[in-house]
Amino acid sequence: MTTETLLRRITDYGNRADPYPLYEELRATPVARQEDGTRLVGTYREILHLLHDPRISSDLRNRRHRERAAPDDEDDQGLPPAFLKLDPPAHDRMRRLFMRHFGPPHSPRRVSALGEELPGIITGLVDGLAGRNRIDVVDDFAYPFPVTVICRLLGVPREDEPRFHVWADAVVASIDPGPEENPGERRRAGQQAKAEMGLYMSGLMADRRGSPRDDMLSGLVNDDIADSGVEPVELVTNSVLLFVAGHETTVNLIANGMLTLLRNPEVLADLRAAPAAMPQAVEELLRFEPPVHMLTQRTPLTDVEIAGVVIPEGVPLSLVLASGNRDPQRFTDPDRFDPWRPDNQHLGFGGGVHGCFGAPLARLEAQLALTELIRRLDSPRLAADPPEYRRNPVLRGPRRLLVDFDGMRP
Amino acid sequence: MTGRDGRIVVVGASLAGLRAAETLRDEGFTGSLTVVGEERHEPYDRPPLSKQVLLGRVPPDHVALPARRPVDADWRLGVRATGLDLEKRLVRLSDGADLPFDRLLVATGVRARPWPDEAQAALDGVVGVRTLEDARGLLERLEAGPRRVLVIGAGFTGSEMASVCRERGLDVVVAERGGAPLIGALGGVLAEVAADIQRAHGVDLRCGVTVTALEGDGRGRLARARLSDGAALEVDVAVVALGAVRNTEWLAGSGLAAGPRGVACDAGCHAFDLNGVVTDDVFVAGDVARFPHPVYEYQLLALEHWGNAVAQAEVAAHNMVSPGVRKRPHLSLPAFWSSQFGVNIKSLGVPSFADEVAVVQGSVEERRFVAVYGYQGRVTAAVAFDQAMWLDFYGRLIEAAAPFPPGFDTVGRPGKPEVLPADVPDPAVLSHGPTVAVTGHLPDERRVTLLRPPG
Amino acid sequence: MRLMVDLNRCQGYGQCVFLAPEVFSLHGEEALLYDAAPDEGQIERVRRAAAACPVQAILVEEGPRAGLDTEADRDRA
Repeated sequence: MTTETLLRRITDYGNRADPYPLYEELRATPVARQEDGTRLVGTYREILHLLHDPRISSDLRNRRHRERAAPDDEDDQGLPPAFLKLDPPAHDRMRRLFMRHFGPPHSPRRVSALGEELPGIITGLVDGLAGRNRIDVVDDFAYPFPVTVICRLLGVPREDEPRFHVWADAVVASIDPGPEENPGERRRAGQQAKAEMGLYMSGLMADRRGSPRDDMLSGLVNDDIADSGVEPVELVTNSVLLFVAGHETTVNLIANGMLTLLRNPEVLADLRAAPAAMPQAVEELLRFEPPVHMLTQRTPLTDVEIAGVVIPEGVPLSLVLASGNRDPQRFTDPDRFDPWRPDNQHLGFGGGVHGCFGAPLARLEAQLALTELIRRLDSPRLAADPPEYRRNPVLRGPRRLLVDFDGMRP
Repeated sequence: MTGRDGRIVVVGASLAGLRAAETLRDEGFTGSLTVVGEERHEPYDRPPLSKQVLLGRVPPDHVALPARRPVDADWRLGVRATGLDLEKRLVRLSDGADLPFDRLLVATGVRARPWPDEAQAALDGVVGVRTLEDARGLLERLEAGPRRVLVIGAGFTGSEMASVCRERGLDVVVAERGGAPLIGALGGVLAEVAADIQRAHGVDLRCGVTVTALEGDGRGRLARARLSDGAALEVDVAVVALGAVRNTEWLAGSGLAAGPRGVACDAGCHAFDLNGVVTDDVFVAGDVARFPHPVYEYQLLALEHWGNAVAQAEVAAHNMVSPGVRKRPHLSLPAFWSSQFGVNIKSLGVPSFADEVAVVQGSVEERRFVAVYGYQGRVTAAVAFDQAMWLDFYGRLIEAAAPFPPGFDTVGRPGKPEVLPADVPDPAVLSHGPTVAVTGHLPDERRVTLLRPPG
Repeated sequence: MRLMVDLNRCQGYGQCVFLAPEVFSLHGEEALLYDAAPDEGQIERVRRAAAACPVQAILVEEGPRAGLDTEADRDRA
């Protein structure tokens, strides 16, 4: 088969459980032109360089092929794009504004303080599974846990979950690059969901104006943004983005994590005996089964030569992070899950100025969740392998992860 | 004797000496290893002294360097090397002992250039910032709340000291002989930005002046400083930040090409003798080394950079235990960082090796930008102010001898950048050598290829 | 425990500050300051910080050695 159809094959749901052979095929061609003009890049060094290349834009308005300039941005019910889809300096200003309430230099302790609350949330969820011998790791744990955390962080009422669950699903479906199932309709549904979430978020923010609580929305809405060049409506769009991202990706990280550990029982046993190694294990997980498989929003501002190939100005460029993570030129024995791997500079969170905003929280959530799950579940094993996957090839992870076990340890 | 046994002596027990010792053991050296250090401390890290230590955020003794691996070595600390006998292969020590060696690594680094007048330098309140003891003494004085601090010299150390003083709420005067702070390292364009930052933070910055005298109060305490413009300043503390002196005196008469500018060596870290012939068994690394860098027309560079000490020590150690075909060139691009006034300044390449400069990303007004330096139409350096994530991209342009000015749009900065004269203080040192590119990523693959012969 | 950050490699991602805020801090937007000999109670957080560094710039030596042993220095002198 030709490399021109790789994107089609990667997005084909039939390949969701194991896209890695396709990535291996991709790496044989440093820049693979697709039928629709998209360039795919799947080798580690080239991806790393492009992530830090100031000639590469994340703003779809720079695409020459207007029909590919995903209409979900231009027609977003008048909402401005989130910082994920902006270039510096607008990106930097907005990201800094959000960082003021999330991390250093202004709020360096927020994540670690939230980290103190996580064990209680995890224990509550795991205790709720007592008496069972089979769970769905996704619905019983990997989804409710990060949702509780992101609600707590932002200040979104947990009891509204049924409403925002539907919205978040629609948003995620809308960024599926797959050609099947009426993409136009999915995009419209995604825009509609974002607009409704925007209204909902505005309402929460309005409640906090002048009466702040200990959450990010309170910080954002009461911050002085007069000189920042950021419009209040942008606070709303970006809060929606963080909310969706904060719940969709960590689900995959935790579910992929359990799946990978159950497929590697000797590693699981080692980690149960030595939980101090869990931070490295999560980094290896981010390499081995990353929650985001590719970045599809890039566009060169000028002809860019990489690995001897010119990527023309204005064409859609996708960086296949999950492929770079398995590049044998960079990682010895890349298809082996090895938490003790030295120098693991994976691409699991992207990199450069657009590197994952929520990375530290996702790391902490995955480390604590996986440590506790493998500690408490007695003799866990997969009820089905491969599990049923979600449709989305970008935010890739199990839809269901059925695990049998003999009982719950205290 | 094979490459992996025999006796190796490393003179210098700071960053380069430590990393060399670790690399020697890492590479399988099983012979006897002796490390000689003049300071009585085990190896420690200096950059934090002028930052977190003097800011009072961490105690002065929290600067010990972690080891990458256990090193089986005889550490002779608090002992100075006083001489080298190449005939007898002996290092002479200040405690009277002679250390025999089969291979020697010279990593004696630099020391702070002292205030030239010894009596004035001895006044209570006149201090340097190089060693742990310097930092301890200065910390005590800063914490005592001096009415005014004078910083003599506005290079990186002096500028960082001015930043520390302002953050502590202390009045500080900076006296700099040149036209602006950091001008020697960054050239005039960025030096003006540095000057603006200092003034915006309340530094009393005085450029184009020298300090002509430091005067005591009659009881041995510093009381005032006189400047070349006639000003007299009441000051309680004077921080001498006049750069460094290379520790090469102990090599006088040894037959090595050692002098005030350092010890000359080849790209494989083999020392030159006085005749310019490379020695087989004497190696040099770190601040004391002068080595040819192909990207900079094979001029001998002497770099007081943390990263160079590490990289060069690794290459030197590797070459000390490797046969000819396995030896590596030291080709890392010069790199350094400084943090001052809350701004992270990072540099790649040699900014003073330039005739032009252009801001290619970000905004000087916001003090977040990347500036690229060019020499005769190729990129030779890049400096970022709070834009560290982009710098490696420009490193690749430098290694590829990419055209200057860069002809491409960057995110947020479309169009051609404005090209300004680099305004480096002494362009006369620049020459016309061949243009080369550095290729390869793994240590054993790094090579130089010729792009253009000398023109 | 002893640690060191290669600040040539550091690109200011700040992951270490999030995960071990008592040990690492940002001075301004991206200049990193840190305590090279933190309290042993920080070990778990320091491990997290070192594992998370996207450019793997943090070197940690675990064990009893911490700050410069100035007592021993004095004895030796």
